[in-house]
Amino acid sequence: MFRYIVRRLLQMVLTFFGATFIVYALMFANQDDPLQALAGERPLTENVRQALTERYHLDQPFIVQYWYYMKGLLTGDFGTSLTNRKIADMMTTAWPVTIRLALMAIVIAAAIALLAGVISGIRRGGIFDNVTLVLTLIILSLPIIVLAPLCQLIFGIKLGWFPPTAGAHPTFWALLMPAVVLGSLVVATELRVTRASVAENLRSDYVRTARAKGLSRKRVIGVHVLRNSLIPVVTLIGVDIGGLMSGAIVTEGVFNIPGVGFNLFRGIKTEDGPLVVGFVSILVIVFLVVNLLVDLLYAALDPRIRYE
Amino acid sequence: MFGKPWKVAVGATAIALLAAGCSSGGSDDSDSASNTIVVGIGEPQHLIPTNTTETSGAQVLAALFYPLVDFDDQNKPVTVAAESVASDDNKVWTVKLKPGFTFSNGEPVTADSYINAWNYGAYGPNAQLASYFFERIQGYADMQSVDPDEDGPKKAPEPKAKTLTGLKKVDDNTFTVTLSEPFAGWESVMGYSAFYPLPNAAFSAPGVIADGFEDAIIGNGPFKMKGTWQHDSQIEVAKVDGFKGTVPKVDGVTFKIYQDQKAEYADLTAGNVDVQTSIPIESLAAAPGDLGDRFQKSPSSSFQFVGFPTFQKEFSDVRVRRALSMAVNRQEMTDQIFLGSQKPATSFVSPAVAGFRENTCGANCQYNPTEAKTLYDQANGPKKIQITYNADGGHKAWVDAMCNQIKQSLPGVDCVGTGEPKFSDLLTKVEKKTPVGLIRLGWVMDYPLMENYLGPLYSTTGSSNYYGYSNKEFDNLVAEGSKAKTTDEAIATWQKAEDILARDMPVIPLRFGQNTYGFSEKVTNVKVDTQTRVDLYTIEVAS
Repeated sequence: MFRYIVRRLLQMVLTFFGATFIVYALMFANQDDPLQALAGERPLTENVRQALTERYHLDQPFIVQYWYYMKGLLTGDFGTSLTNRKIADMMTTAWPVTIRLALMAIVIAAAIALLAGVISGIRRGGIFDNVTLVLTLIILSLPIIVLAPLCQLIFGIKLGWFPPTAGAHPTFWALLMPAVVLGSLVVATELRVTRASVAENLRSDYVRTARAKGLSRKRVIGVHVLRNSLIPVVTLIGVDIGGLMSGAIVTEGVFNIPGVGFNLFRGIKTEDGPLVVGFVSILVIVFLVVNLLVDLLYAALDPRIRYE
Repeated sequence: MFGKPWKVAVGATAIALLAAGCSSGGSDDSDSASNTIVVGIGEPQHLIPTNTTETSGAQVLAALFYPLVDFDDQNKPVTVAAESVASDDNKVWTVKLKPGFTFSNGEPVTADSYINAWNYGAYGPNAQLASYFFERIQGYADMQSVDPDEDGPKKAPEPKAKTLTGLKKVDDNTFTVTLSEPFAGWESVMGYSAFYPLPNAAFSAPGVIADGFEDAIIGNGPFKMKGTWQHDSQIEVAKVDGFKGTVPKVDGVTFKIYQDQKAEYADLTAGNVDVQTSIPIESLAAAPGDLGDRFQKSPSSSFQFVGFPTFQKEFSDVRVRRALSMAVNRQEMTDQIFLGSQKPATSFVSPAVAGFRENTCGANCQYNPTEAKTLYDQANGPKKIQITYNADGGHKAWVDAMCNQIKQSLPGVDCVGTGEPKFSDLLTKVEKKTPVGLIRLGWVMDYPLMENYLGPLYSTTGSSNYYGYSNKEFDNLVAEGSKAKTTDEAIATWQKAEDILARDMPVIPLRFGQNTYGFSEKVTNVKVDTQTRVDLYTIEVAS
């Protein structure tokens, strides 16, 4: 187990550098005039352009720019954005609020998906099952870019139950609606996977054996079925973190949350390479850690899986 | 029966509550009884006056600083922080400050406060976005570094001078500004936010702004910053006690930062924001119903037009340019695409400046498809018209509409709109003289003078004259107006220059911008100026 973890950690280092390199290269390739974006539609005077080009090494070839960036990164300096703000400062305001949002979304989505998924898995073909299937279909077909403003309009403005926007330091209540909207992005697939998995396991041999041994239904479903059904769901939840990040770009925009999604969007729009790569670096780490955790959870859920 | 899943759900909710529980309530609470207001803005790029060229930053600076001159209803300059601004020859300007003013940290405002701030702004290596405002002052060129091998990798040398020779201190309350050329409109130029003073506390060494000063900037205005600039979140300002100038009626303003105007509008309708200076076009249709008479319009300085690359053969005939202008139905475009949020333009300068006249474009800007057709056929205009715009600016809808109008007015002529991803892509193509057809452009004024439209947009060396219009007579008239003895004389000359434009039609004027703003029930007397800023001196909390 220990050796497995060490091996995975070493792989993570490689993946980290590979991923940041690719993202940096893509940003560089896509860059034509980031300084003009600063000045809007006004022509930038030659002097200002020259001074800024020098300040941000914009006239240097790709590999030199990447070297400047990596040198800073390895010494813990994320660099400065084109608006001259420390990217590290931007991260300390952006990450906490996005982590809270994503965590709430995951928990809400997983709780609903597991609960409803297990019930409809057990009572396949029943009213509850059919109703959830129709509901998930609706949620699946509603893109978040429609759902988010719709929820804002209905629950935020017309009914006034929630504040329409959350802001940088939201209360739990203000963040609840964005989290539900964000969670809806993944809840339908998670629910359907749980349902299918539960339904399949209910028919399996070991469940029949358990029942034949006279175990209570509660124990059969609670321990035997649920534990095995969780494996695909846990994988899915791990992967969903990526989906939540892309959904966060829209959700954070609609609910005015200055988090990671918003900063990524801003960075891409203003061709701000260091800003994008800085946030992506952390995202990559989050991904890697979550994936490691998911893999380790397998072993906990299924005693047949052992890591060497 | 389902004990386990329920426990999971309960546990999960508990975790979520814990995760989200660490919030600091109360910071967003707006005490309805207090005399403060919330104004929505975007995240400012910068708050150093000489580096601020966009509206959000300018709005915050307008609260923190007190300008030398402001503008009256006719957009003529009136002195505010200055006791007097005078010149005999329009070249050497003497600025006398009102005595007794202080910065919000207690430092007195002196001539040096202005001289130091302006020198900082004009110094090339500081790369201040508004540095071009100081161009007219003597000694500006020496403060810019010249690249020795044009655009080589060699590092540019340090500029010859660190200060403007045109700025001279007379005494603590008086200084002179010497321009390199006489300019009648100089007083108006000094009304721009780039000309605010800075206290000594701003500088850690002469010519170097202290780290962190921008986040807690100190001004000479009626408000001071409360705490620091909370990036992407808000900027709070509170009234300065015993302020010597015009005292605003509200005790404080919270500038709440929005990434998206639609989100800001949602907060406006819910009463969490008191003023939104520009309502997004998606919400315009709903705004009169949502806000009633709290939805208002006022003139802004923006001017939208398309330019003809006059250096290209197919647009060199003025009849082609006039015909295309007549083929466009401006009224229909503003009504249907912009829902009345913009006004049809039939002049070459905005109504926001003194000297503006209606309809200077005359018949050339009146929708007249039959005349357009006759002219176009006579001149044998091109069979295919292309209009290039930047796709990130939301211009597709009206460019397509304009194309349809051209196709209808001029049968047999095809018209397509071509989107370039960004404005800089469009500029690159134009600078390389790639044939892009008509060019979509817009302009927002820096200071309310006709010259601020005529100079940059239409003169041969104009900074935003991308379409290469060049007319000696026009250039001379603009220059002559700038050197005129009085502003009225200047305006008369500039108006003559504008008449030449109506003859030459280097561009098709399309629309003048309007502020479409809304406010909550909490505030009254809301005014939004031509630069899309809320007037913080008149706004009041409704009793």
